[in-house]
Amino acid sequence: MNTIIFRTVAPLIVGTMLVFAVYICLRGHNEPGGGFIGGLIAASAIAVLGMSWGRDAARRALRFDPLTIAAAGVVLAGSSGLLSLFTGNAFMTSIWLYLEMGGAEVPLSTPLFFDIGVFMVVLGSISAIGLGLEIDDGEGL
Amino acid sequence: MALVAIAPFLAAALAPLVQRWAGGLAGWVLALVPAAVFVLLLGFVEPVVANGAVPVRFAWVPEHGLDLSFWVDGLSLTFALTISGIGALIVLYAGSYLKGHVHLGRFQAFLLAFMGSMLGLVLADNMVALFVFWELTAVTSFLLIGFDHWRQAARRGAIQAIVITNIGGMALLVGIIVLHQVGGAWDLSAMRAGGSLVRESGFYGPILLCILLAAFTKSAQVPFHFWLPNAMEAPTPVSAFLHSATMVQAGVYLLARMTPILGGTEIWSIVLVGFGGATLLWGALAALRQTDLKQMLAQTTLASLGLLVLLIGLGTEAAIAGMVLYFVAHALYKAALFMVVGALDHETGTRDLTRLSGMADRMPVTFIAAALAGFAMIGLPPTLGFFAKEEMLLGAFAPQWLQTLALVVLILGNALLATVAAIVAIKPFLGIVGPTPKSAHEAPLPMLVGPVVLGALGIVAALVIDQFGTLVLEPAASALLGHHVESHLAWAIDWRSPIIWLSALSWTLAALVYWQIDKVRTMLIRMHRAVNWTADNAFDAVMFALIRFAGTTTRLLHHGRLEFYLVVVFAMVALALLVPTIGMGGLSAITIQDWTSIGLHEWVVLLLAATGLVAVLGAQSRLVAILALGVQGVAVALIFLLFGAPDLGFTQFMVEVLSVIILTLVMTRLRLDERDPRPMEDWIRDGLLALLCGGAVSLLLLLVVSGTLDTSLSDFFAATSVPIAHGSNIVNVILVDYRGLDTLGEIAVVMTAALAVVALLRTRRRAGETFVPKDGEA
Repeated sequence: MNTIIFRTVAPLIVGTMLVFAVYICLRGHNEPGGGFIGGLIAASAIAVLGMSWGRDAARRALRFDPLTIAAAGVVLAGSSGLLSLFTGNAFMTSIWLYLEMGGAEVPLSTPLFFDIGVFMVVLGSISAIGLGLEIDDGEGL
Repeated sequence: MALVAIAPFLAAALAPLVQRWAGGLAGWVLALVPAAVFVLLLGFVEPVVANGAVPVRFAWVPEHGLDLSFWVDGLSLTFALTISGIGALIVLYAGSYLKGHVHLGRFQAFLLAFMGSMLGLVLADNMVALFVFWELTAVTSFLLIGFDHWRQAARRGAIQAIVITNIGGMALLVGIIVLHQVGGAWDLSAMRAGGSLVRESGFYGPILLCILLAAFTKSAQVPFHFWLPNAMEAPTPVSAFLHSATMVQAGVYLLARMTPILGGTEIWSIVLVGFGGATLLWGALAALRQTDLKQMLAQTTLASLGLLVLLIGLGTEAAIAGMVLYFVAHALYKAALFMVVGALDHETGTRDLTRLSGMADRMPVTFIAAALAGFAMIGLPPTLGFFAKEEMLLGAFAPQWLQTLALVVLILGNALLATVAAIVAIKPFLGIVGPTPKSAHEAPLPMLVGPVVLGALGIVAALVIDQFGTLVLEPAASALLGHHVESHLAWAIDWRSPIIWLSALSWTLAALVYWQIDKVRTMLIRMHRAVNWTADNAFDAVMFALIRFAGTTTRLLHHGRLEFYLVVVFAMVALALLVPTIGMGGLSAITIQDWTSIGLHEWVVLLLAATGLVAVLGAQSRLVAILALGVQGVAVALIFLLFGAPDLGFTQFMVEVLSVIILTLVMTRLRLDERDPRPMEDWIRDGLLALLCGGAVSLLLLLVVSGTLDTSLSDFFAATSVPIAHGSNIVNVILVDYRGLDTLGEIAVVMTAALAVVALLRTRRRAGETFVPKDGEA
């Protein structure tokens, strides 16, 4: 599958998909989307990269070991829930913070970090499996 | 008080470090901990004598009314003082005995932790705490017995000990739970007040059975006796500690503690006297059969435990007084004798009776210690052992048949034990010096302190027997029986009482056996050979059968055929769905919705799904089948979209795409045949299963939509998601906020699954590495 055309177009596709994935993840609280779907899209992007440029390129693009990303996601999600303990509330009580940034209001919240954690877990886990399955550089498909 | 319970464990954690820093002096340093505990406990003597008991209580799980409560009374204090006192000497002794051993620090850690568990056990008032400490002693003693883990015999001894005592541990757990249900309290002190309630309840039998099973396994009563001699595989300091004041005495302690609650009934007396007496005689005879000094001592421990159980069973004031005295006397002389034997072994290189003689010249101090302990074991005046024997004979001196039987058993058992005492403590030291594997010389100081101090204590306690009576015996016996017991111990031998003549009778018997020891031993060995079956062998047979059974079961359930696993899983899914739906009359509740309302665009999507399905079935190669499955999945995602579940549809799309990718990758990895050849019967089986599962799910869904949906949950979410959770996408808000904890669990599972998959892939790759060059050529 690693034809010239595919290899040339792939980075474009991958980039768009990744940006879209982040967008989907962030808007999830109010419109269709969320960390899970975002993570799946990002994982697909990594899969496309793996198919076109090979497993090693995909690994390099991720920078971290996919399992590390997944583990960090679990830690992030868990610790976002721990924050509420400091305010004297039960575990995972959400905390909301509205920041003024250049006229726009940016809501920050612990569920957001939780969702980012979910995103990382899904991205990391699926990439780990996918990249683990691909046999050699670009010869998987 | 909390310090007493925690200090040994803290010391255990630090022991390896102390060992590294203090080196040769570590034994002295570490012995300070139990010594300090001992001194601290001494401070309790006065209030206990004055008030009877000192309760200490901490909140533990207040929601369930569980308090970590301790109860210091005469009984627990006697045990705790013995444990910590002997513990200090043992730690000191072990530091020298195992000098230069690589894992000495670890050994001391186990030893201290074991001591801590034992202290907790005897001081605990709460039955749950008692159980926890009980199990802790099992675990720590397992580590101690199996300390020389490279020897098969040590491993076997350790496993045997933990298996047998844990059978009792489980029984104890059941026992205390039932006891709690009947008596309504977790604290033993509260239970003791309402003892008659328990004795009269219908559950008395089961409770008694559980508690006795626990005590008998722990205290190595016949027929659970065999683990104790095998536990001899442990280094000698462990044996000295295990056999004198701890571990095996836990069972005796439990029986003593339960006496006010369970004791006093006829069955209690008969069972305890019966099993105790049998163990006493069995242990004494088995001891005479041995020529290994350590084995002899081990078997006499059995006898002594039997004796203690018998005395508790008799339950009269004199018998209980005898039991308390004998417990202390036994702990002192047994620990001393074990340490003596350890010293002999250490300095001469053998502990075979037939090779040791005339050691008194070479090891004079050891000899003195051995003689002191030996006199106590024989029960000669002026030792504590003498008074213990007098009391126990007095306790059994009654005209009833059970008492008479017990008296005969006691005299016989004491006679045999006295013979063993003479053989172990006196014989190796007298006579002409024989050749030994190592040239014998006196043991180092730390190995002498223990036996000399303990041996001397046995005499000192007897010399101040009046005070011993009021300070130790009275509180302990009173606590045990639940009413005040007056000590009548005095330093006088009444020649007119029949008891002293019974003692004399047992000494005469002992002398007779000692005189004919070789003949007796030969006869016993012959009898042992003639029977040629021991509980020990039975244990092996049971364990072997258990392992075989486990293997067979595993092979049956875990056969490694993926295809069959899947068949079982899907068959179960179909059954689980169909049986309740059809069996509980769900079919009649299904109402078919209006067909005509399905629009054209919906028909198109359904057609797409059906096309995908047909393509899957008709596909010639696996790859086409996988892609066709994707088509079918996308159609389902479209349905979700059409019916207002964009999140679900969205996710379904992505999942379909990724499953196609991953399945294809799996295909290439597995190097499967491109085609999917299946015999006809597999086709039928798989097809039938698929139809059943699909049909079952459809039925279930139809059933669900036929009824009226309870929308209170979705109404709640719809109403509150914006004001409470600041989000208008209900699905996402549920995932990350309302049910965030579930999601956290799920993502942890996802990550763990990925970890497992990657691990599996790596093992495959490693196994395949030798296979790669061949592949490269192709």
